[in-house]
Amino acid sequence: MRMLEVSDLGHTYQGKDGAHTAIDGLGFSVEAGELVCVVGPSGCGKSTLLRTIAGLVRPTSGRVMLHGTPVDGVPSDLAVVFQDYSRSLFPWMSVTRNVEFPLRKLSRRKRAARAAEALSAVGLGKAGRKYPWQLSGGMQQRVAIARALAYRPALLLMDEPFASVDAQTRFELEDLLLRVRREQDTTILLVTHDIDESVYLGDRVLVLSKSPATVVADLDVPLGPVRDQIGTRASGEFVDLRARVAGMLQGNTPVGAR
Amino acid sequence: MNGAVRLAQRWAVFVVVLIAWQLVTTAADSVFFPTPIKIALDLQDKLFSPLLTKHILPGMGRMLFGWAVAGVIGVALGLLLGRSRVAVAYLGPVFTFLRSIPPPLMVPFFAASIGITRMQLPVIIFGSLWPVLLNSVDGARAVDATKVDTARVFRLSGPQWALRVLLPSALPKVFAGLRLSLSLALILMVVAELRGSEYGIGNQLQYARSDFDPLAMWSWIVLLGLLGYLLNSLLLLLERRALAWQPRHSLEARALATGG
Repeated sequence: MRMLEVSDLGHTYQGKDGAHTAIDGLGFSVEAGELVCVVGPSGCGKSTLLRTIAGLVRPTSGRVMLHGTPVDGVPSDLAVVFQDYSRSLFPWMSVTRNVEFPLRKLSRRKRAARAAEALSAVGLGKAGRKYPWQLSGGMQQRVAIARALAYRPALLLMDEPFASVDAQTRFELEDLLLRVRREQDTTILLVTHDIDESVYLGDRVLVLSKSPATVVADLDVPLGPVRDQIGTRASGEFVDLRARVAGMLQGNTPVGAR
Repeated sequence: MNGAVRLAQRWAVFVVVLIAWQLVTTAADSVFFPTPIKIALDLQDKLFSPLLTKHILPGMGRMLFGWAVAGVIGVALGLLLGRSRVAVAYLGPVFTFLRSIPPPLMVPFFAASIGITRMQLPVIIFGSLWPVLLNSVDGARAVDATKVDTARVFRLSGPQWALRVLLPSALPKVFAGLRLSLSLALILMVVAELRGSEYGIGNQLQYARSDFDPLAMWSWIVLLGLLGYLLNSLLLLLERRALAWQPRHSLEARALATGG
Protein backbone atom coordinates (compact mmCIF):
# COMPACT_ATOMS: atom_id res chain seq x y z
CA MET A 1 0.00 0.00 0.00
CA ARG A 2 1.22 3.44 -0.87
CA MET A 3 1.44 5.45 2.36
CA LEU A 4 2.76 8.75 1.09
CA GLU A 5 2.79 10.27 -2.33
CA VAL A 6 4.42 13.61 -2.97
CA SER A 7 3.97 15.00 -6.47
CA ASP A 8 5.44 18.07 -8.09
CA LEU A 9 5.72 19.75 -4.70
CA GLY A 10 6.99 23.30 -4.55
CA HIS A 11 7.21 25.95 -1.88
CA THR A 12 8.20 29.57 -2.31
CA TYR A 13 8.54 31.91 0.66
CA GLN A 14 7.75 35.56 0.19
CA GLY A 15 10.46 37.38 2.10
CA LYS A 16 11.44 41.02 2.46
CA ASP A 17 14.19 40.68 -0.13
CA GLY A 18 12.12 38.87 -2.74
CA ALA A 19 10.86 35.33 -3.09
CA HIS A 20 12.86 32.30 -2.00
CA THR A 21 12.06 28.92 -3.52
CA ALA A 22 12.90 26.25 -0.96
CA ILE A 23 11.67 23.20 -2.85
CA ASP A 24 10.67 22.85 -6.47
CA GLY A 25 8.96 20.10 -8.43
CA LEU A 26 9.70 17.49 -5.79
CA GLY A 27 8.20 14.04 -6.21
CA PHE A 28 8.55 10.66 -4.52
CA SER A 29 6.48 8.05 -2.71
CA VAL A 30 6.78 5.91 0.39
CA GLU A 31 5.21 2.45 0.74
CA ALA A 32 3.62 1.32 3.99
CA GLY A 33 6.19 -0.10 6.40
CA GLU A 34 9.16 1.54 4.70
CA LEU A 35 11.80 3.65 6.38
CA VAL A 36 12.90 6.29 3.89
CA CYS A 37 15.70 8.71 4.62
CA VAL A 38 15.88 12.10 2.96
CA VAL A 39 19.39 13.45 2.81
CA GLY A 40 20.47 16.78 1.43
CA PRO A 41 22.93 19.60 1.97
CA SER A 42 22.30 22.04 4.83
CA GLY A 43 19.68 24.64 4.04
CA CYS A 44 18.42 22.81 0.96
CA GLY A 45 14.78 22.84 2.04
CA LYS A 46 14.59 19.52 3.88
CA SER A 47 12.72 21.08 6.77
CA THR A 48 10.31 22.84 4.43
CA LEU A 49 9.61 19.50 2.75
CA LEU A 50 8.92 17.87 6.11
CA ARG A 51 6.74 20.72 7.33
CA THR A 52 4.75 20.60 4.10
CA ILE A 53 4.14 16.86 4.44
CA ALA A 54 3.10 17.41 8.08
CA GLY A 55 0.55 19.98 6.95
CA LEU A 56 2.24 22.73 8.99
CA VAL A 57 3.03 24.64 5.80
CA ARG A 58 0.81 24.85 2.74
CA PRO A 59 2.73 24.14 -0.46
CA THR A 60 2.60 26.77 -3.17
CA SER A 61 2.39 24.07 -5.83
CA GLY A 62 1.91 20.33 -6.12
CA ARG A 63 0.34 18.12 -3.50
CA VAL A 64 0.88 15.57 -0.76
CA MET A 65 -1.29 12.47 -0.44
CA LEU A 66 -1.32 10.45 2.79
CA HIS A 67 -2.81 6.96 2.25
CA GLY A 68 -4.79 8.34 -0.66
CA THR A 69 -6.13 11.46 1.08
CA PRO A 70 -4.81 14.90 0.12
CA VAL A 71 -3.05 16.61 3.04
CA ASP A 72 -4.77 19.87 3.94
CA GLY A 73 -3.83 20.87 7.46
CA VAL A 74 -2.20 18.48 9.91
CA PRO A 75 -3.48 14.89 9.36
CA SER A 76 -4.87 13.13 12.42
CA ASP A 77 -2.67 10.07 12.05
CA LEU A 78 0.72 11.69 11.64
CA ALA A 79 3.38 12.36 14.25
CA VAL A 80 6.63 14.30 14.15
CA VAL A 81 9.83 13.90 16.16
CA PHE A 82 11.65 17.23 16.10
CA GLN A 83 15.40 17.75 16.36
CA ASP A 84 15.09 19.99 19.39
CA TYR A 85 13.74 17.55 21.98
CA SER A 86 14.20 19.97 24.87
CA ARG A 87 11.85 22.45 23.25
CA SER A 88 9.46 19.90 21.88
CA LEU A 89 8.77 18.22 25.23
CA PHE A 90 6.67 20.07 27.79
CA PRO A 91 8.90 20.69 30.81
CA TRP A 92 5.95 21.16 33.18
CA MET A 93 4.71 17.62 32.58
CA SER A 94 6.25 14.38 33.78
CA VAL A 95 7.57 11.99 31.16
CA THR A 96 4.40 9.91 31.31
CA ARG A 97 2.16 12.97 31.04
CA ASN A 98 4.16 14.13 28.01
CA VAL A 99 3.53 10.82 26.27
CA GLU A 100 -0.14 10.62 27.30
CA PHE A 101 -1.00 14.21 26.55
CA PRO A 102 -1.69 13.90 22.79
CA LEU A 103 -3.90 10.82 23.32
CA ARG A 104 -6.82 12.88 24.55
CA LYS A 105 -9.45 10.93 22.64
CA LEU A 106 -8.69 7.71 24.52
CA SER A 107 -9.95 6.72 27.96
CA ARG A 108 -7.67 7.37 30.90
CA ARG A 109 -6.83 3.70 31.26
CA LYS A 110 -5.99 3.27 27.59
CA ARG A 111 -3.82 6.36 27.64
CA ALA A 112 -1.84 5.03 30.58
CA ALA A 113 -1.43 1.63 28.93
CA ARG A 114 -0.23 3.12 25.65
CA ALA A 115 2.22 5.43 27.38
CA ALA A 116 3.65 2.62 29.49
CA GLU A 117 4.02 0.42 26.41
CA ALA A 118 5.71 3.15 24.35
CA LEU A 119 8.05 4.11 27.17
CA SER A 120 9.16 0.55 27.74
CA ALA A 121 9.69 0.15 23.98
CA VAL A 122 12.26 2.96 24.11
CA GLY A 123 13.81 1.60 27.31
CA LEU A 124 12.36 4.19 29.67
CA GLY A 125 9.89 1.99 31.51
CA LYS A 126 10.99 3.32 34.88
CA ALA A 127 11.42 7.03 34.08
CA GLY A 128 7.72 7.89 33.77
CA ARG A 129 7.49 10.01 36.90
CA LYS A 130 10.57 12.08 36.15
CA TYR A 131 10.52 15.45 34.46
CA PRO A 132 12.24 15.76 31.05
CA TRP A 133 14.99 18.01 32.36
CA GLN A 134 16.01 15.33 34.84
CA LEU A 135 17.00 13.12 31.88
CA SER A 136 19.99 13.26 29.55
CA GLY A 137 19.55 14.60 26.01
CA GLY A 138 19.43 11.13 24.51
CA MET A 139 16.81 10.01 27.00
CA GLN A 140 14.73 13.12 26.31
CA GLN A 141 14.74 12.29 22.63
CA ARG A 142 13.61 8.76 23.56
CA VAL A 143 10.66 10.34 25.34
CA ALA A 144 9.83 12.32 22.20
CA ILE A 145 10.04 9.09 20.16
CA ALA A 146 7.82 7.31 22.70
CA ARG A 147 5.29 10.12 22.49
CA ALA A 148 5.19 9.76 18.70
CA LEU A 149 4.91 5.94 18.88
CA ALA A 150 2.13 6.02 21.47
CA TYR A 151 0.18 8.19 19.05
CA ARG A 152 0.31 5.22 16.59
CA PRO A 153 0.72 7.36 13.49
CA ALA A 154 0.25 6.00 9.98
CA LEU A 155 3.34 8.02 9.11
CA LEU A 156 6.10 9.10 11.47
CA LEU A 157 8.16 12.09 10.36
CA MET A 158 11.54 12.69 11.95
CA ASP A 159 13.37 15.96 11.46
CA GLU A 160 17.09 15.45 12.10
CA PRO A 161 16.13 13.52 15.23
CA PHE A 162 19.66 12.56 16.27
CA ALA A 163 21.54 15.71 15.28
CA SER A 164 21.62 17.15 18.81
CA VAL A 165 23.02 14.17 20.71
CA ASP A 166 26.59 12.89 21.04
CA ALA A 167 27.93 10.21 18.69
CA GLN A 168 27.63 7.30 21.12
CA THR A 169 24.02 8.19 21.95
CA ARG A 170 23.27 8.65 18.26
CA PHE A 171 24.34 5.05 17.56
CA GLU A 172 22.14 3.82 20.40
CA LEU A 173 19.15 5.80 19.19
CA GLU A 174 19.63 4.69 15.58
CA ASP A 175 19.57 1.05 16.67
CA LEU A 176 16.60 1.76 18.91
CA LEU A 177 14.73 3.20 15.94
CA LEU A 178 15.54 0.17 13.75
CA ARG A 179 14.37 -2.21 16.48
CA VAL A 180 11.16 -0.30 17.20
CA ARG A 181 10.14 -0.07 13.57
CA ARG A 182 10.75 -3.80 13.12
CA GLU A 183 8.54 -4.50 16.15
CA GLN A 184 5.80 -2.00 15.36
CA ASP A 185 5.96 -1.90 11.57
CA THR A 186 5.86 1.89 11.48
CA THR A 187 6.22 3.85 8.25
CA ILE A 188 8.93 6.44 8.74
CA LEU A 189 10.26 9.37 6.76
CA LEU A 190 13.46 10.64 8.31
CA VAL A 191 15.25 13.81 7.28
CA THR A 192 18.97 14.11 7.95
CA HIS A 193 22.09 15.81 6.67
CA ASP A 194 24.23 12.87 7.82
CA ILE A 195 25.05 10.62 4.84
CA ASP A 196 26.13 7.64 6.96
CA GLU A 197 23.00 7.85 9.02
CA SER A 198 20.76 7.92 5.96
CA VAL A 199 22.37 4.77 4.53
CA TYR A 200 22.53 2.99 7.88
CA LEU A 201 18.85 3.58 8.71
CA GLY A 202 17.06 3.65 5.37
CA ASP A 203 15.39 1.06 3.21
CA ARG A 204 15.71 3.79 0.64
CA VAL A 205 17.64 7.03 0.51
CA LEU A 206 16.32 10.08 -1.30
CA VAL A 207 19.11 12.47 -2.22
CA LEU A 208 18.09 16.09 -2.56
CA SER A 209 19.86 18.81 -4.51
CA LYS A 210 20.90 22.21 -3.23
CA SER A 211 18.11 24.75 -2.79
CA PRO A 212 15.62 24.77 -4.44
CA ALA A 213 15.49 21.09 -3.55
CA THR A 214 14.60 18.45 -6.10
CA VAL A 215 15.09 14.70 -5.88
CA VAL A 216 18.47 13.88 -7.42
CA ALA A 217 18.37 10.15 -6.74
CA ASP A 218 16.18 7.50 -5.14
CA LEU A 219 18.48 4.69 -3.97
CA ASP A 220 17.55 1.27 -2.61
CA VAL A 221 19.61 0.21 0.38
CA PRO A 222 20.05 -3.57 0.13
CA LEU A 223 21.41 -4.05 3.65
CA GLY A 224 18.52 -6.11 5.02
CA PRO A 225 16.30 -5.40 8.01
CA VAL A 226 18.85 -6.19 10.74
CA ARG A 227 21.92 -3.96 10.85
CA ASP A 228 24.66 -3.33 13.34
CA GLN A 229 26.84 -0.34 13.88
CA ILE A 230 30.18 -2.05 13.33
CA GLY A 231 29.54 -4.81 10.79
CA THR A 232 27.12 -2.92 8.58
CA ARG A 233 29.19 0.21 8.46
CA ALA A 234 32.26 -1.84 7.47
CA SER A 235 30.47 -3.78 4.72
CA GLY A 236 31.35 -3.13 1.10
CA GLU A 237 27.77 -2.30 0.17
CA PHE A 238 27.53 0.33 2.88
CA VAL A 239 30.82 1.95 1.95
CA ASP A 240 29.88 1.87 -1.71
CA LEU A 241 26.46 3.46 -1.13
CA ARG A 242 27.71 6.19 1.15
CA ALA A 243 30.34 7.10 -1.45
CA ARG A 244 27.66 7.35 -4.14
CA VAL A 245 25.44 9.52 -1.93
CA ALA A 246 28.39 11.72 -0.99
CA GLY A 247 29.30 12.10 -4.64
CA MET A 248 25.78 13.11 -5.56
CA LEU A 249 25.61 15.65 -2.77
CA GLN A 250 28.72 17.22 -4.18
CA GLY A 251 27.11 17.18 -7.58
CA ASN A 252 29.72 15.23 -9.58
CA THR A 253 27.81 12.03 -10.25
CA PRO A 254 25.31 11.59 -13.08
CA VAL A 255 21.81 12.39 -11.93
CA GLY A 256 19.39 9.53 -11.42
CA ALA A 257 21.91 6.73 -11.00
CA ARG A 258 20.07 3.86 -9.46
CA MET B 1 21.90 23.84 62.52
CA ASN B 2 22.33 25.13 58.98
CA GLY B 3 18.75 26.29 59.02
CA ALA B 4 19.47 28.33 62.14
CA VAL B 5 22.44 29.98 60.43
CA ARG B 6 20.32 30.91 57.41
CA LEU B 7 17.63 32.31 59.66
CA ALA B 8 20.22 34.37 61.55
CA GLN B 9 21.70 35.71 58.30
CA ARG B 10 18.29 36.70 57.08
CA TRP B 11 17.16 38.56 60.16
CA ALA B 12 20.35 39.79 61.84
CA VAL B 13 20.38 43.23 60.24
CA PHE B 14 16.65 43.62 60.77
CA VAL B 15 16.96 42.91 64.51
CA VAL B 16 19.94 45.25 64.88
CA VAL B 17 18.03 48.07 63.15
CA LEU B 18 15.04 47.42 65.38
CA ILE B 19 17.16 47.59 68.55
CA ALA B 20 18.91 50.76 67.36
CA TRP B 21 15.52 52.30 66.57
CA GLN B 22 14.29 51.45 70.07
CA LEU B 23 17.40 53.02 71.68
CA VAL B 24 17.34 56.18 69.54
CA THR B 25 13.61 56.84 70.01
CA THR B 26 13.85 56.21 73.75
CA ALA B 27 16.70 58.70 73.99
CA ALA B 28 14.98 61.28 71.75
CA ASP B 29 11.65 60.98 73.56
CA SER B 30 9.77 62.77 70.72
CA VAL B 31 5.98 62.70 70.20
CA PHE B 32 6.51 62.19 66.48
CA PHE B 33 8.79 59.20 66.93
CA PRO B 34 7.32 56.69 69.37
CA THR B 35 9.43 53.67 70.27
CA PRO B 36 8.89 50.40 68.32
CA ILE B 37 7.63 48.74 71.49
CA LYS B 38 4.93 51.38 71.89
CA ILE B 39 3.99 50.98 68.24
CA ALA B 40 3.82 47.21 68.59
CA LEU B 41 1.56 47.47 71.64
CA ASP B 42 -0.69 50.02 69.93
CA LEU B 43 -0.88 47.84 66.84
CA GLN B 44 -1.79 44.87 68.98
CA ASP B 45 -4.62 46.88 70.55
CA LYS B 46 -5.89 47.84 67.11
CA LEU B 47 -5.75 44.28 65.82
CA PHE B 48 -7.82 43.05 68.76
CA SER B 49 -10.41 45.78 68.50
CA PRO B 50 -13.43 46.26 66.21
CA LEU B 51 -11.07 48.14 63.91
CA LEU B 52 -10.02 44.75 62.55
CA THR B 53 -13.43 43.87 61.17
CA LYS B 54 -14.51 47.44 60.45
CA HIS B 55 -11.43 48.71 58.63
CA ILE B 56 -8.48 46.37 58.21
CA LEU B 57 -10.18 43.25 56.83
CA PRO B 58 -12.73 44.99 54.56
CA GLY B 59 -10.02 47.24 53.13
CA MET B 60 -7.68 44.32 52.48
CA GLY B 61 -10.57 42.30 51.06
CA ARG B 62 -11.39 45.07 48.62
CA MET B 63 -7.75 45.32 47.61
CA LEU B 64 -7.37 41.56 47.06
CA PHE B 65 -10.63 41.42 45.13
CA GLY B 66 -9.50 44.25 42.87
CA TRP B 67 -6.12 42.60 42.35
CA ALA B 68 -7.79 39.27 41.53
CA VAL B 69 -10.11 40.92 39.00
CA ALA B 70 -7.13 42.69 37.41
CA GLY B 71 -5.24 39.37 37.42
CA VAL B 72 -7.99 37.41 35.67
CA ILE B 73 -8.60 40.11 33.07
CA GLY B 74 -4.87 40.74 32.61
CA VAL B 75 -3.89 37.08 32.16
CA ALA B 76 -6.80 36.17 29.88
CA LEU B 77 -6.47 39.27 27.71
CA GLY B 78 -2.67 39.17 27.78
CA LEU B 79 -2.42 35.55 26.61
CA LEU B 80 -4.98 36.19 23.88
CA LEU B 81 -3.29 39.33 22.60
CA GLY B 82 0.20 37.91 22.96
CA ARG B 83 -0.52 35.16 20.45
CA SER B 84 -1.68 37.63 17.81
CA ARG B 85 1.04 39.61 16.14
CA VAL B 86 -1.55 41.95 14.63
CA ALA B 87 -3.16 42.65 18.02
CA VAL B 88 0.21 43.41 19.60
CA ALA B 89 1.15 45.70 16.72
CA TYR B 90 -2.08 47.69 16.99
CA LEU B 91 -2.59 47.71 20.74
CA GLY B 92 1.01 47.83 21.98
CA PRO B 93 1.32 51.64 21.90
CA VAL B 94 -2.12 52.05 23.52
CA PHE B 95 -1.18 49.80 26.43
CA THR B 96 2.21 51.38 26.85
CA PHE B 97 0.52 54.79 26.99
CA LEU B 98 -2.10 53.68 29.50
CA ARG B 99 0.56 51.98 31.58
CA SER B 100 2.62 55.18 31.62
CA ILE B 101 -0.14 57.11 33.37
CA PRO B 102 0.75 57.07 37.09
CA PRO B 103 -2.32 55.26 38.48
CA PRO B 104 -2.77 57.61 41.50
CA LEU B 105 -3.60 60.32 38.94
CA MET B 106 -6.77 58.40 38.20
CA VAL B 107 -7.97 58.86 41.79
CA PRO B 108 -9.41 62.38 41.32
CA PHE B 109 -11.07 61.36 38.07
CA PHE B 110 -12.68 58.24 39.47
CA ALA B 111 -13.62 60.20 42.62
CA ALA B 112 -15.43 62.78 40.51
CA SER B 113 -17.07 60.34 38.09
CA ILE B 114 -17.94 57.37 40.31
CA GLY B 115 -18.10 58.97 43.74
CA ILE B 116 -15.50 59.39 46.41
CA THR B 117 -16.63 56.45 48.52
CA ARG B 118 -16.98 54.03 45.60
CA MET B 119 -13.92 54.77 43.51
CA GLN B 120 -11.40 52.63 45.46
CA LEU B 121 -12.10 49.34 43.68
CA PRO B 122 -11.98 50.76 40.13
CA VAL B 123 -8.76 52.60 40.97
CA ILE B 124 -7.15 49.39 42.22
CA ILE B 125 -8.33 47.36 39.21
CA PHE B 126 -7.30 49.97 36.66
CA GLY B 127 -3.91 50.58 38.23
CA SER B 128 -2.88 46.99 38.85
CA LEU B 129 -4.10 45.68 35.50
CA TRP B 130 -1.18 46.84 33.35
CA PRO B 131 1.78 44.98 34.84
CA VAL B 132 0.02 41.62 34.72
CA LEU B 133 -1.42 42.32 31.28
CA LEU B 134 1.86 43.41 29.72
CA ASN B 135 3.81 40.58 31.34
CA SER B 136 1.23 38.05 30.14
CA VAL B 137 1.54 39.42 26.61
CA ASP B 138 5.31 38.98 26.88
CA GLY B 139 4.97 35.46 28.24
CA ALA B 140 2.55 34.43 25.51
CA ARG B 141 4.84 35.80 22.81
CA ALA B 142 7.79 33.86 24.19
CA VAL B 143 6.31 30.37 23.60
CA ASP B 144 8.92 28.76 21.40
CA ALA B 145 8.11 27.75 17.84
CA THR B 146 8.84 24.05 18.41
CA LYS B 147 6.16 23.87 21.12
CA VAL B 148 3.69 25.58 18.80
CA ASP B 149 4.53 23.06 16.05
CA THR B 150 4.30 20.16 18.49
CA ALA B 151 0.86 21.32 19.63
CA ARG B 152 -0.28 21.59 16.01
CA VAL B 153 1.14 18.21 14.99
CA PHE B 154 -0.66 16.44 17.83
CA ARG B 155 -3.78 18.46 17.05
CA LEU B 156 -4.33 19.68 20.58
CA SER B 157 -7.75 21.16 21.26
CA GLY B 158 -8.15 24.88 21.93
CA PRO B 159 -8.50 24.48 25.72
CA GLN B 160 -5.60 22.01 25.82
CA TRP B 161 -3.40 24.47 23.97
CA ALA B 162 -4.42 27.44 26.10
CA LEU B 163 -4.39 25.82 29.53
CA ARG B 164 -1.76 23.10 29.22
CA VAL B 165 0.78 24.67 26.86
CA LEU B 166 0.33 28.43 26.53
CA LEU B 167 -0.43 29.21 30.18
CA PRO B 168 2.40 27.09 31.67
CA SER B 169 4.84 28.54 29.12
CA ALA B 170 3.86 32.05 30.10
CA LEU B 171 3.53 31.34 33.82
CA PRO B 172 6.93 32.63 34.99
CA LYS B 173 6.20 35.98 33.34
CA VAL B 174 2.61 35.94 34.56
CA PHE B 175 3.80 35.58 38.13
CA ALA B 176 6.29 38.41 37.72
CA GLY B 177 3.37 40.56 36.57
CA LEU B 178 1.12 39.41 39.42
CA ARG B 179 3.77 40.35 41.99
CA LEU B 180 4.19 43.82 40.51
CA SER B 181 0.42 44.20 40.40
CA LEU B 182 0.05 43.12 44.00
CA SER B 183 2.41 45.75 45.36
CA LEU B 184 0.75 48.33 43.12
CA ALA B 185 -2.69 47.28 44.35
CA LEU B 186 -1.59 47.80 47.95
CA ILE B 187 -0.25 51.28 47.15
CA LEU B 188 -3.42 52.21 45.28
CA MET B 189 -5.59 50.87 48.06
CA VAL B 190 -4.02 53.33 50.52
CA VAL B 191 -3.91 56.24 48.09
CA ALA B 192 -7.56 55.77 47.20
CA GLU B 193 -8.56 55.35 50.84
CA LEU B 194 -6.66 58.48 51.87
CA ARG B 195 -8.75 60.55 49.48
CA GLY B 196 -11.96 59.54 51.11
CA SER B 197 -13.30 56.17 51.94
CA GLU B 198 -15.76 54.91 54.49
CA TYR B 199 -13.33 52.31 55.70
CA GLY B 200 -9.80 50.98 55.31
CA ILE B 201 -6.30 51.51 56.61
CA GLY B 202 -5.93 54.69 54.54
CA ASN B 203 -9.12 56.03 56.08
CA GLN B 204 -7.76 55.34 59.57
CA LEU B 205 -4.40 56.90 58.71
CA GLN B 206 -6.16 60.08 57.60
CA TYR B 207 -8.28 59.95 60.76
CA ALA B 208 -5.15 59.64 62.93
CA ARG B 209 -3.63 62.63 61.17
CA SER B 210 -6.62 64.87 61.83
CA ASP B 211 -6.68 63.54 65.39
CA PHE B 212 -3.00 64.44 65.74
CA ASP B 213 -2.13 60.93 66.84
CA PRO B 214 1.42 60.13 65.60
CA LEU B 215 1.46 56.79 67.40
CA ALA B 216 -1.64 55.60 65.54
CA MET B 217 -0.19 56.84 62.27
CA TRP B 218 2.97 54.82 62.91
CA SER B 219 0.90 51.75 63.74
CA TRP B 220 -0.98 51.94 60.46
CA ILE B 221 2.22 52.49 58.51
CA VAL B 222 3.89 49.50 60.17
CA LEU B 223 0.80 47.38 59.60
CA LEU B 224 0.87 48.23 55.90
CA GLY B 225 4.50 47.21 55.71
CA LEU B 226 3.76 43.93 57.46
CA LEU B 227 0.79 43.18 55.22
CA GLY B 228 2.79 43.96 52.10
CA TYR B 229 5.57 41.65 53.22
CA LEU B 230 3.13 38.90 54.16
CA LEU B 231 1.20 39.04 50.90
CA ASN B 232 4.35 39.05 48.80
CA SER B 233 5.68 36.04 50.73
CA LEU B 234 2.42 34.16 50.23
CA LEU B 235 2.48 34.88 46.51
CA LEU B 236 6.10 33.74 46.28
CA LEU B 237 5.15 30.52 48.02
CA LEU B 238 2.33 29.99 45.53
CA GLU B 239 4.70 30.76 42.65
CA ARG B 240 7.24 28.21 43.88
CA ARG B 241 4.54 25.57 44.00
CA ALA B 242 3.10 26.46 40.60
CA LEU B 243 6.54 26.56 38.97
CA ALA B 244 7.93 23.55 40.82
CA TRP B 245 8.54 21.87 37.46
CA GLN B 246 11.19 24.46 36.63
CA PRO B 247 14.70 23.11 37.18
CA ARG B 248 15.78 26.31 38.94
CA HIS B 249 13.05 26.15 41.54
CA SER B 250 13.60 22.50 42.21
CA LEU B 251 17.32 22.98 42.70
CA GLU B 252 16.50 25.67 45.19
CA ALA B 253 14.00 23.40 46.87
CA ARG B 254 16.54 20.63 47.04
CA ALA B 255 19.15 22.99 48.40
CA LEU B 256 16.66 24.11 51.02
CA ALA B 257 15.70 20.55 51.90
CA THR B 258 19.30 19.50 52.42
CA GLY B 259 20.18 22.78 54.06
CA GLY B 260 22.80 23.53 51.41
